Amino acid sequence: MIEAIGLHKHFGALHVLKGVDLRVADRELVFVIGPSGSGKSTLLRCLNRLETPDAGSIVVDGIDLMHRRTDLNAARRRIGMVFQGFNLYPHMTALGNVTLALRKVAGKGRAEAEALGLAALERVGLRDRAGHTPGQLSGGQQQRVAIARAIALEPRVMLFDEPTSALDPELVGSVLAVMRELREDGMTMVVVSHEMGFARAAADRVVFMDHGQIVEQGPPAAIFEAPQEARTQAFIGQIQRH
Amino acid sequence: MTGWERFLDTFFNAKVMAKYWPDILHGMWVTIELAMLVVVTGIASGLALALLRAAGIRPLNWLMIFVVDALRALPPLVIIVLIYFGLPSAGLTPSGFVSTWAALALVLMAFSEEIFWAGITAVPRGQWEAARSTGLSYAQALFHVVLPQALRLTIPPLTSRTIAITKGTALGSVVAVSEILGQASSAVSNSYNPSPLILGAAAYLVLFIPVVVAGRWVETRFAWKK
Repeated sequence: MIEAIGLHKHFGALHVLKGVDLRVADRELVFVIGPSGSGKSTLLRCLNRLETPDAGSIVVDGIDLMHRRTDLNAARRRIGMVFQGFNLYPHMTALGNVTLALRKVAGKGRAEAEALGLAALERVGLRDRAGHTPGQLSGGQQQRVAIARAIALEPRVMLFDEPTSALDPELVGSVLAVMRELREDGMTMVVVSHEMGFARAAADRVVFMDHGQIVEQGPPAAIFEAPQEARTQAFIGQIQRH
Repeated sequence: MTGWERFLDTFFNAKVMAKYWPDILHGMWVTIELAMLVVVTGIASGLALALLRAAGIRPLNWLMIFVVDALRALPPLVIIVLIYFGLPSAGLTPSGFVSTWAALALVLMAFSEEIFWAGITAVPRGQWEAARSTGLSYAQALFHVVLPQALRLTIPPLTSRTIAITKGTALGSVVAVSEILGQASSAVSNSYNPSPLILGAAAYLVLFIPVVVAGRWVETRFAWKK
């Protein structure tokens, strides 16, 4: 479903991605972990071309994202993204947030867009909040609206960039529950997060990144219980102490 | 005549006022017309420039920043005089009214472009990213997501700047525009009495106090509340 090969990315003099290869199979859930500055968010943001890598190839659902003539806007419809800071549009209701791209990108009429939008809000358990603006919602609810905004477009892949890091602990569970349901529906997902419990329960594979490279990857049990590389051991030890 | 009577006779001369108030009233209409034209064209062109700047064409933006900064640095009166006395040598002979309108509209364009641009850049990058990640084009993200938030941020500074520049219509009197101050000045010359100036000041108060009050209401109403 995703095939990213040989990705390099510089921010000025900083070499953030140093030849990263990531393949994700259809219906696979891949967790990307690593210390801050390891390049994991940049890798994720390359997968929908929010960042343009300096070198490498990215093919998602058969679409070559690095090809000059690829319609990125059409491709991005197939690749949902959820951000750490939710990034809901504050001047619109929850339903308005969900229906904007349905109308402007998918070309649905108002009635159809609203029906699809309400269905997406229903999936995240917030149909009754459709008329609320982001300011009237809790962080957990905002993040679920953001997930609804992405899944309403029926993407083939969902990218999550630290979706629970900005949430109060008691609100994390509701967001993870929605992600678990997506997982059960067979969504292909790449998740940058340190929610180890969720990774253990739901991930097919955990990828550990450090200094712009993939150091080690494998099933959650292998990475968390018996990491092979010294850097992985140090990192896992650190986060498990918390 | 006591000093007080002389003061009243000089500044509040009923006879002179009775004779010239229709001129001042006519001047009010000219001022209103001029002000409306300046506000509409100045703000519209300022917004258009800010949107053009958002397109990010480097050489064009440098030129724009240079022109905008020049217009913000020059006193409006200098621009009016340059247009009125300068353009005829280029074969164009704008009237005083057109010169004043053009000059003040240019100044308002420059200031409002900066205000709109500041508003656009104040919208967090995450808003752009969220919009683009759902497949919205740059223009769609700008118009549906970023601009509505930016405009809300710009309303308070734009209101006070617009009021300040609109009052500059009085500068038109220098190039023979028969707006309030122009009418009042010629009435003073014709009557050898400054009372028409008091009428003119009253006319400005009648015109602008409601605008200032409305501006204050708009500023508090649209102050950003999270």
